[in-house]
Amino acid sequence: MLTVVILFLFFAIVLYFLLGGADFGAGIIELFTSDSNKHRTRKTMYQAIGPIWEANHMWLVIAVVILFVGFPTIYSQMCIYLHIPLLIMLMGIIARGTAFSFRNYDAIKSENTQTLYNHIFVYSSVVTPLFLGITAGSAISGQIDFGATTFLSAYIFSWFNWFSIAVGLFTVALCGFLAAIYLIGEADNPTDVQRFIKKAKALNIAAFVCGGLVFIAAEVENIHLAHWIFGNAISLTAVIAASISLILLWVTISLGKKMVARVFAAFQVTMILLSVGYRHFPNFIILKGGQNMSLLTDHAPQKTIDDLGIALLIGSLFILPALFYLYYSFRDKNTN
Amino acid sequence: SQMALSLGFHIIYSCIGMVMPVFMAISHYKYIKTQNPVYKNITQAWSKGVAIFFATGAVSGTMLSFELGLLWPGFMKHAGPIFGMPFSLEGVAFFIEAIALGFFLYGWNRFNKWFHWGTGVLVGVSGIISGILVVSANAWMNSPSGFDYVNGQYLNIDPIKAMFNPAWFSEALHMTIAAFSATGFAVAGIHALMIYKKRNIEFHTRAFKIAIAFAAVAAILQLLSGDISAKSAGKRQPAKLAAMEALFHTQTYAPLVIGGIPDTATKKVNYAIEIPGLLSFLEHDNFKQEVIGLDAIPVKDQPPVAITHYAFQLMVATGMVMMLAGVLYFIALWKKRKWLFKGWFLKLFIIATPLGFIAVEAGWTVTEVGRQPWILQGIMRTSEAVTPMPGIQYSFYLFSFVYFTLSLAVIFLLSRQIKMVPELYDRK
Ligand code: HDD
Ligand code: HEM
Ligand code: HEM
Repeated sequence: MLTVVILFLFFAIVLYFLLGGADFGAGIIELFTSDSNKHRTRKTMYQAIGPIWEANHMWLVIAVVILFVGFPTIYSQMCIYLHIPLLIMLMGIIARGTAFSFRNYDAIKSENTQTLYNHIFVYSSVVTPLFLGITAGSAISGQIDFGATTFLSAYIFSWFNWFSIAVGLFTVALCGFLAAIYLIGEADNPTDVQRFIKKAKALNIAAFVCGGLVFIAAEVENIHLAHWIFGNAISLTAVIAASISLILLWVTISLGKKMVARVFAAFQVTMILLSVGYRHFPNFIILKGGQNMSLLTDHAPQKTIDDLGIALLIGSLFILPALFYLYYSFRDKNTN
Repeated sequence: SQMALSLGFHIIYSCIGMVMPVFMAISHYKYIKTQNPVYKNITQAWSKGVAIFFATGAVSGTMLSFELGLLWPGFMKHAGPIFGMPFSLEGVAFFIEAIALGFFLYGWNRFNKWFHWGTGVLVGVSGIISGILVVSANAWMNSPSGFDYVNGQYLNIDPIKAMFNPAWFSEALHMTIAAFSATGFAVAGIHALMIYKKRNIEFHTRAFKIAIAFAAVAAILQLLSGDISAKSAGKRQPAKLAAMEALFHTQTYAPLVIGGIPDTATKKVNYAIEIPGLLSFLEHDNFKQEVIGLDAIPVKDQPPVAITHYAFQLMVATGMVMMLAGVLYFIALWKKRKWLFKGWFLKLFIIATPLGFIAVEAGWTVTEVGRQPWILQGIMRTSEAVTPMPGIQYSFYLFSFVYFTLSLAVIFLLSRQIKMVPELYDRK
């Protein structure tokens, strides 16, 4: 059952990255849209993510629940040492979710309040994935120090370092990229399609640059990232697969095959997560001084893991079909 | 107390999130059956409220699931594997709720009408299930079970047994009924106010009737369920019961203490009304039997008496008022139809608007403060559970600020929704 639980954890994280990420990305794109086009972008976006955004964010709740039920020591240490970035990320999630639904459900659409909601929405759409990335980066950065004696070294430098920040930026760029690809398929006229393709290209380049930064920052912080990723067959294959899918992605976009492009984009991000995740498995948190917190040893008692696994299996029996039907029903927004 | 604030805030959303979809489904059902457009308008107006609350409830809940770890890592490390079961299932229930809500809100004129209606019902059902699940997690903190505590170790963990701990039924029942009466009175009160102001009388009268029917039945049932809760609490947490009743001395023919100011120094309750023997009767079904007082509990294990006592009195008092209001409504409905539009009658329900939520907050204060100094009754003290990070009070200020702002924003939005009712729903 431990395997089942770990698989679910991995799926929840990947799906949150993809679906929640595309969601955040929509806000990032709005930030980089010229004022004259903002209105149309917003409309496309609202139609595209309105019915599904709450469900997308459930994956985070699932991942957190799996962590604190199944891997309580890992979860509690993360919460202690990464308290600050987690807190900021939470604030972002709250601000963003509420601003998004408030701007739609405010019965009186006045200029001032709408502008306020828009600002909150776009800025929190950047802050949240930034700190999501920082948190994830910190978990594997080896900067968390159980022996730390000062506030700074325990609670600040655990996440405030080049590597974590570079991962944060990389995450932001990837989210924007995912959203742009997603919105290409949702736009209802050729000019908008062209606009989103342009955005996707720019963000793709940004993601490349940030990815490069991650490697540089890793060297600065003495993290052997390049070695981890290129040093073993599976991670290397994943990276190569990601690169190939990127090329195919652009081919399919120029051919106008939107669904296929989405699949390639999702595949690419999954491969990136897989290459990092596989290399670290079973370690979830890497500590200063080379120790680790491992999914295989630092888990809850067997009975809990068994029950959790069963609960997840039964739960997904209900959730997955319903979720597919939701996506399926709202796949084509123009039928309203 | 951070947790208390978050949950105190979150619980309002949860209650509304559990109950509003039920109201919505009822009015939707009436619309499908009668084709009266007023019901469609009510359904759509309420569904906007539900959407606002769900979004806020969803983020405040996401925040809670992190907060548990952020603030109480010491507690979660041990408790997570034991009482995590209801939380995992809650996650599943919420997921279903979110999916169903997506279908419902965006599904008008898209699906078969009964399928669409069904998704609305599903929102309510999964909301109620998840409410029951979390309450069972809280009940576990009141009556820890499903593990053996040996030399500071938590052994033989059984999450299923922990979920169905001895307190879960009484707490979950009481909470679910409380959600219906609190939300029902709040919704009914707002619509009563609009009737009183003579705005859209048909719309608001029909809405009022749906809400008050549930609220009144729930308020009457609450008395019975409160009795079950008190018996269960007395059995597992005599200290809590003693604090609720401000019973300083163990005694036979124990009195029911109503009101009064408990004085811990002299161990007396000043200015209270005492009904001899009634507490013994309520707890043990006979007027004589002994009830354990605070003197039987070591001082270091006693909860704060005054807060627990006041909170309990407040809950019961508001409960009584709501019950009377409920009875009056049924009298009006069956015997005195013309009361329904009388000013005094409407005013009564306008005044009752916040009562249910006051009772809910008071009730949680009773269970939670009554459990102190334990976070896990008899096993772990609250002081052992808190995060070691210094400066935690800043997180606290931040969370408080967020909750405060969110509450203001929601009130603002709802008042704008209500203001727009004439324009959105009056055109024929
Ligand atoms: C995970 C479990 C959990 C659950 C489901 C609840 N609580 Fe709680 N509550 C705690 C976990 C907790 C706690 C962590 O155990 C606290 C924090 C401080 C303490 O002593 O216990 C606590 C304390 C606490 C206090 C005591 C006052 C204080 O310490 O300042 C109040 C009034 C509430 N909570 C209110 C609520 C409300 C309104 C809830 C429902 C929504 C609720 N609690 C459910
Ligand atoms: C420690 C305590 C709690 C935790 C960790 C917690 C967790 C959560 C989470 C993660 C959500 C958001 C899911 C979503 O997006 O809808 C949520 C919402 C909700 N919670 Fe809690 N919860 C707690 C206490 C409670 C209590 C005591 C109740 C009780 C009655 C409750 C009932 C609900 C309901 C009904 C919702 C849905 C809100 C809506 O539909 O608008 N929760 N909770
Ligand atoms: C009228 C008589 C009432 C009695 C005798 C009563 C009794 C109790 C008792 C003994 C508890 C503590 C249970 C425990 O710790 O396990 C409790 C908790 C609570 N009460 Fe009441 N209650 C009454 C009315 C109300 C009303 C009207 C509401 C709200 C509308 C309410 C809301 C709550 C809540 C939310 C809790 C905490 C959660 C729970 O234990 O379910 N109560 N009540």
